[in-house]
Amino acid sequence: MARVGVFVCFCGANIADFVDVPKVVEEAKRIREVKFAIDYKYMCSDPGQQQIRDAITQYRLTSIVVAACSPRMHEKTFRKALSDAGMNPYLLEVANIREHSSWVHQKDKKAATEKASDLVRMAVAKSIANEQLHEISVPVTKRALVIGGGIAGIQAALDIADARIPVVLVEKSPSIGGKMAQLDETFPTLDCSQCILTPKMVDVASHPYIELIPYAEVLELEGFVGNYKAKIRKKASYVNFKTCTGCGTCWQKCPVKVPNEYNMGIDKRKAIYTPFPQAVPNKPVIDAAHCTMLTKGKCGICAKVCEKGSIDYKMQDEIIEREIGAVVVATGYDLWDPKPYEEYGVGRFKDIITSLEFERMVSANGPTNGVPVRPSDGKVPKNVVFIKCIGSRDEAKGIEYCSKICCMYTTKHTILLHHKVHDSHAYVFYMDIRAAGKGYEEFVKKAQVDTAATYLRGRVSKIYKKGDKLIVRGEDAQIGQVVEVVADLVVLATAVIPPKDNPDLARLLGVSYDKYGYMSEAHPKLRPVETAKAGIFLAGCTQAPKDIPDTVAQASACAAKVCGIFSGDTMKKDPMISTVNNEYCTGCQNCVKVCPYGAIVTEEVPMGHGSKEMRTVAKINEGVCQGCGSCVAVCRSMAISLAGFTDLQIINEIVSI
Amino acid sequence: MEAVANNQLVSIEKPEIVAPPNWEPVIIGILCNWCSYAGSDLTGTSRIQYPPNIRIIRVPCSSRVDPWFLIKSLQTTADGVLVSGCHPGDCHYISGNYYARRRFLVTKKLLNFVGFHEDRIQFSWVSAAEGPKFAKVVAKVTEDIKKLGPLHLYKKENFEK
Repeated sequence: MARVGVFVCFCGANIADFVDVPKVVEEAKRIREVKFAIDYKYMCSDPGQQQIRDAITQYRLTSIVVAACSPRMHEKTFRKALSDAGMNPYLLEVANIREHSSWVHQKDKKAATEKASDLVRMAVAKSIANEQLHEISVPVTKRALVIGGGIAGIQAALDIADARIPVVLVEKSPSIGGKMAQLDETFPTLDCSQCILTPKMVDVASHPYIELIPYAEVLELEGFVGNYKAKIRKKASYVNFKTCTGCGTCWQKCPVKVPNEYNMGIDKRKAIYTPFPQAVPNKPVIDAAHCTMLTKGKCGICAKVCEKGSIDYKMQDEIIEREIGAVVVATGYDLWDPKPYEEYGVGRFKDIITSLEFERMVSANGPTNGVPVRPSDGKVPKNVVFIKCIGSRDEAKGIEYCSKICCMYTTKHTILLHHKVHDSHAYVFYMDIRAAGKGYEEFVKKAQVDTAATYLRGRVSKIYKKGDKLIVRGEDAQIGQVVEVVADLVVLATAVIPPKDNPDLARLLGVSYDKYGYMSEAHPKLRPVETAKAGIFLAGCTQAPKDIPDTVAQASACAAKVCGIFSGDTMKKDPMISTVNNEYCTGCQNCVKVCPYGAIVTEEVPMGHGSKEMRTVAKINEGVCQGCGSCVAVCRSMAISLAGFTDLQIINEIVSI
Repeated sequence: MEAVANNQLVSIEKPEIVAPPNWEPVIIGILCNWCSYAGSDLTGTSRIQYPPNIRIIRVPCSSRVDPWFLIKSLQTTADGVLVSGCHPGDCHYISGNYYARRRFLVTKKLLNFVGFHEDRIQFSWVSAAEGPKFAKVVAKVTEDIKKLGPLHLYKKENFEK
């Protein structure tokens, strides 16, 4: 006879305010199998857990039901309490009376209490059918895959590699560095971005534990934590990196000019190019879409001038396969296209640029040698208007969220403008100044004093042209009047958005993503770098907009998590997997077809005891099975059972309501 | 006998069964752990209110849902069942929700054939980020089943009488 203990949590006031907890306990006591039931203020606290441990021995309980928050929150905590008391941890069931009752039925205490009692009864019924389960240990491939070579990917790769764990770093573009390589200086210290980033890039290239695969993308990821298999497509660079010395003769001689992505299209690059002088690896690639040799079969100059004979027009994409134990996703961000701001004349007026274009212009290695100029006539601007929240916090045209970094970089831009053009004046239209961060508020305050920039709180309604000037009309909410500013140059702080292919990558990896396309963390507070899929972690803006310090911190956190997985030769795996009862199995192999992991194979067993005749049955590879239960539902003879979610457990729940 | 065309499969549930006063339907929600269950948790964390009739059962994947569970639910405790999984293409287990979808369509047809109104069993996609959507789905399912009234068809107690 089952002896169930029920422990109902108040969760402070979270549950107790909306559910009559003592009543739930009373109802639970009326269930025949329940031998002990009690409530407590915080079941997850140590005294709460102690009550569970004590009751297990005192009342010789055979299964435990904790009625509290979601099992996704504290199932592990309570399982541990069970094993501390010498009980098999899988004899626990959690009744979710917080997320599923008290928080969602706050206006009807009676109904919420009834529902909570039902949920407890269901959990009791399920727990009676619970079996003792034991964790499975599976071997681990100690190699990490980092996707994205921006500062997040670089930091994660270096931290993991420093722990002597091999890393495969895959970068989409020809060079690592990401967006940070495009920045001139960084807030709030005005460190030169290149000076702090490029040494790290070189470290990546020279690290004995890092395999850098640039100009490549991940095609497939199969398997599960500790045992993934990644398929990577290395795009054809048409340059043999092994023999190329990076001398640069090829791109100097190349006749085809293409807008330079690194400089936001302000100047041109060649069809064979290195993205920027400090690129890592510092080897050129041919842009197949623009190279006339590859598109029309005419030219071939680069091959002629290359002394090493490194140019190979017949090079094909290459598929690389690697066995991987864990993955860090660091795909970074893109910037929102401000085209919907038609009233600003975006696209019509040349002298409206985005912040990253401005950043490239004031950058020492930029297209204008560090001096901002007007794209229309090349003159140095005197009056520059910066407009924040372009696309951010704008549900009508852009996105709802705050892009987090624009307030700070716009402040930085006012300083950079002041440094480069001494007699200039900056106007900043803003909604709020969000300067939460170490040294950020001080930075803003100091910049406002040093640059004497005019801060105007309000939105810009219209920009129009008068002569060669732009007139920016907006509201100054602090004086409650419409103001007009005569500007030489307008800089738009465009919103941070996830890369366009983020959802595709998320699907490929099996990670969930939100409505914007950012990948979702497992828990917004307590598991910020993990995803719901074990062994896949998120660093940087792939999860949400972030500045460099936060990104680096998150990347290091990912590295710590990866090193944790690789701390042993084997790792523990949840025992919630399928098993086959050979006696019932008819060998129809329906399960083999539906298994998404190929975890089910067939084996031959004797027809009967001592019989020489053989028959086919299904066999589950417990290392590969992920416990989805597809096979259970298709099994006609009910030979397959999924531990933790057996037919009996679920039917018990259904019939006990 | 001629085969019955699909569009002739109409419910034999009798609408004249009058719900007793203060009757509230019982709805069983079978949710996959990774998307819909997480989504329902998010509904809770966001304190979005929905009708209290649903009783949620957690399964790893919507493909774990055996048609038996739906039949058993309608036969014993439930007036309606909601099955919810990850959006197509987003299954945590790669392809489980596609199997679930196909199996569900067949089950629905079968249950419809034996006389259950089609609104008694419903299917939805709710992702882990769609807390508000989960509340909307539950509200709709509850409303649909309230309209249909208590389920008497094939209830065990009717046979025992």
